[in-house]
Amino acid sequence: MIRIERRLTEARWLVVAVPLGSLVGAAVLSSIILFLTGHDPIATWARLLDRGFFASGALSATLVTATPLLLTGLAAAAAFRMQTWNIGAEGQLYLGAIGASGIGIALRGQPALVIIPAMVIAGLVSGAAWGAIPGVLRAYTRTNEIITSLMLNYVAGLLMSYLIFDSHSYWRDLSSFTARVFPQGKYLSDAANWPSFPIGGIVIPFGLLLGAVAAAFLWLVYTATRFGFEARVIGDSRAAAHYAGIRTRRKIVAVMALSGAFAGLGGASEIGDFRHVLDPRGLQQASFGYAGIVVAALARLNPFAVIVVAILLGGLSNAGFSLQGATFPAGLVGTLQGLILFCALAGELLVHYRVRIGRPTRKAPLGRVEIA
Amino acid sequence: MRGISKRFPGVLANDQVDFEVLQGEIHTLLGENGAGKSTLSNILTGLYQPDEGEILLHGKPVAFRSPRDAIEAGIGMVHQHFRLAASFTVAENLVLGHRDAADRGLLLEPRVVEGRIADLSQRYRMPVNPRARIWQLSVGEQQRVEILKALYRGARILILDEPTSQLTPQEADDLFQTLRLMAGEQRAVIFISHKLEEVMAVSNRVTVLRRGRLIGTVMTKNTNTRELARMMVGREVVFTQKKEGPAQAVRQVALELRGISANGDLGTAALREVNLTVHAGEIVGIAGVAGNGQRELAEVITGMRRRTAGKVILNGRVARGGDPLESIQGGVAYVPDDRLGTGVAPSLSIADNLVLKAYRRPPISTRGVLHPRRIRANARELMERFNIGASTSQTPARQLSGGNIQRVLLARELSSQPLVLVASSPTSGLDVGATDTVRGLLLEAAERGVGILLISEDLDEILALADRIAVLYNGRITGIVERQHADVEQLGLMMAGAA
Repeated sequence: MIRIERRLTEARWLVVAVPLGSLVGAAVLSSIILFLTGHDPIATWARLLDRGFFASGALSATLVTATPLLLTGLAAAAAFRMQTWNIGAEGQLYLGAIGASGIGIALRGQPALVIIPAMVIAGLVSGAAWGAIPGVLRAYTRTNEIITSLMLNYVAGLLMSYLIFDSHSYWRDLSSFTARVFPQGKYLSDAANWPSFPIGGIVIPFGLLLGAVAAAFLWLVYTATRFGFEARVIGDSRAAAHYAGIRTRRKIVAVMALSGAFAGLGGASEIGDFRHVLDPRGLQQASFGYAGIVVAALARLNPFAVIVVAILLGGLSNAGFSLQGATFPAGLVGTLQGLILFCALAGELLVHYRVRIGRPTRKAPLGRVEIA
Repeated sequence: MRGISKRFPGVLANDQVDFEVLQGEIHTLLGENGAGKSTLSNILTGLYQPDEGEILLHGKPVAFRSPRDAIEAGIGMVHQHFRLAASFTVAENLVLGHRDAADRGLLLEPRVVEGRIADLSQRYRMPVNPRARIWQLSVGEQQRVEILKALYRGARILILDEPTSQLTPQEADDLFQTLRLMAGEQRAVIFISHKLEEVMAVSNRVTVLRRGRLIGTVMTKNTNTRELARMMVGREVVFTQKKEGPAQAVRQVALELRGISANGDLGTAALREVNLTVHAGEIVGIAGVAGNGQRELAEVITGMRRRTAGKVILNGRVARGGDPLESIQGGVAYVPDDRLGTGVAPSLSIADNLVLKAYRRPPISTRGVLHPRRIRANARELMERFNIGASTSQTPARQLSGGNIQRVLLARELSSQPLVLVASSPTSGLDVGATDTVRGLLLEAAERGVGILLISEDLDEILALADRIAVLYNGRITGIVERQHADVEQLGLMMAGAA
């Protein structure tokens, strides 16, 4: 008989050993699959690591991919810590991109010192506003925020497509004939390009620095402020929060807005660091918002761990792009990435639960049941 | 059932209990909460295995290793909280998890099932529509479905756990009719209750349990409510801690309730025009069987529940109500009966739990920023003063024993220098030592001038601590007596609504 029971205490060594163990497990499992499909496992792994992190310029490219992952990961962590399930980082990121690109277009001709802070603020505010909608619905009408925030992702995606493909909106480039036939967004001025900082051969995007600041901010909020204390109590027990006189509703709205602000900043950084134009297809294909949930889960909602996990996953997905080709199908790349995540999450279970194998301890006397 | 004993960590829930029920009999199991009624019925239905003793069914020893064994042996139970799938129909609920000839493989035969339900409900006068979905049914109807479910599975022995607690009087009368019909068919009915009138009305025999022990079995026709009340509550009252009356000098009114009415969770009236005064330095005990409005009373005073009528007057000021923060700031401390989950946040550390209410103010926080060092210092001081046994203040509260959790709660609530303390079942589930500590702390607080409302099902505790005793029955205060003039039998009758 196999039973799974909750650990009373989480052993410290497990917190380190389990993630390492699950990485090894993932390596073994995926090696088997690679071997069966006729690829050399070791060479594939070496290429994966090389393309993700060690090849020249690979780490810099990884950091660009990691930036939105970091911010959507923080968005998920901020909400999940209070047991508020914001699945809407995807849509909040779109809104951040819409806001930041809109203000970037409006401030064309202004110096970078005006335009960039304005884009950051626009991303934060529009993401927060979009995140606050499911928050308000949750707090005041008891609507399930998982569903509303998820549905709003589709609304945000359609809104973004509408702005570029289905209307003559402010965001759409109508300056030339080709632009009118093949819809695309207005490119921002060069002053709106966010700076990057080369350090020892690695280029660090401005958005990543903002993300690191955001991570520190989130950590401070949760450990050292009244706001964070209340959020922790609510996350642990709604009944205890009510008992302690905490205004639960306002807090839900505030945390959803904070979560949305992080995701919105992710959207702004996509515009400022990378795309320089509102690009609905590119943003939707990346699905950074959903990946952020995985990042937060793997990081066990710890803001600093979110940084590390975002970089690891960013590298993995970049390497995946360069691996796939005629001899290496895209599906196999997805399988490898999936296995790594699967093992990591399965390992997470072992930190909290233990598996017991054996018979139940009670020896009940056997007797036949007879009915007169 | 012979010599049944069942031990849980720290409690002997059943101690050498003998119990028998005859075919064609309605047999009541009577006792206060925690007397061991539920444990005994859970053993009979295979949910628990007894540590000692044996079960004989029709004269033959049996062992139930799971509820399925018990069901197959013809024992059915109707739990107080129904176990029905709300979005399924009545018929679906009846066949859920039950294998018999009516289903062929995976397919249900609705017409066969519905036909049988119609037969059963006609035979026992329990009209119910087999196609209705559970959520569409009233509480009384849902109970009928539970009983039908047991009968459908061929129950010869039916156990009903406080079946009338949520029924209207008319529904209860209908239920009694049904039970008599079943007894008339030589089925055995075990009826668990602590309402004396209905016990007298419906049962043939009564077995009384108190604190896990068998007190006795009597024929209903040879007894009366007075005797049953005495057996249930127990005559010997142990005064563990003498309480002196409050000093005359501090007899100011700390808390006054005027005509308080409030609804329970289901939206039905739970409190009806309650009037009560608690003076500074006085302990007022609220006696009564759980579910008679105690929780609602505590929650109205502490702002956790809205009242529908009346006034809560705190130290001369009328409270707006419905706002826990207002009550906290108005000087109301609260030790809820749900300690782990409401009273403390389980995953948070002892240190955090000790500032669960004080975190808003200096010195714990200033301008929204917490001061971890002061939180730790506060924890060190309170852990020392209240003797909280834990290696560090960073231990999560859920790892503490019941007694230590209660110490954390009392440490926090009493250190806030409250005007009024509402304590709900403050010692239930605690061992003797912790019980003594908690009672000592309550007395000490009263001596310092805190007005205490002690809500407890343990009449001995109320008699030992309270200056005045109010009995709550069915949402009303049915009487207030001074401790010196308290008569256990009289209180027992009032608690059971018979006085």
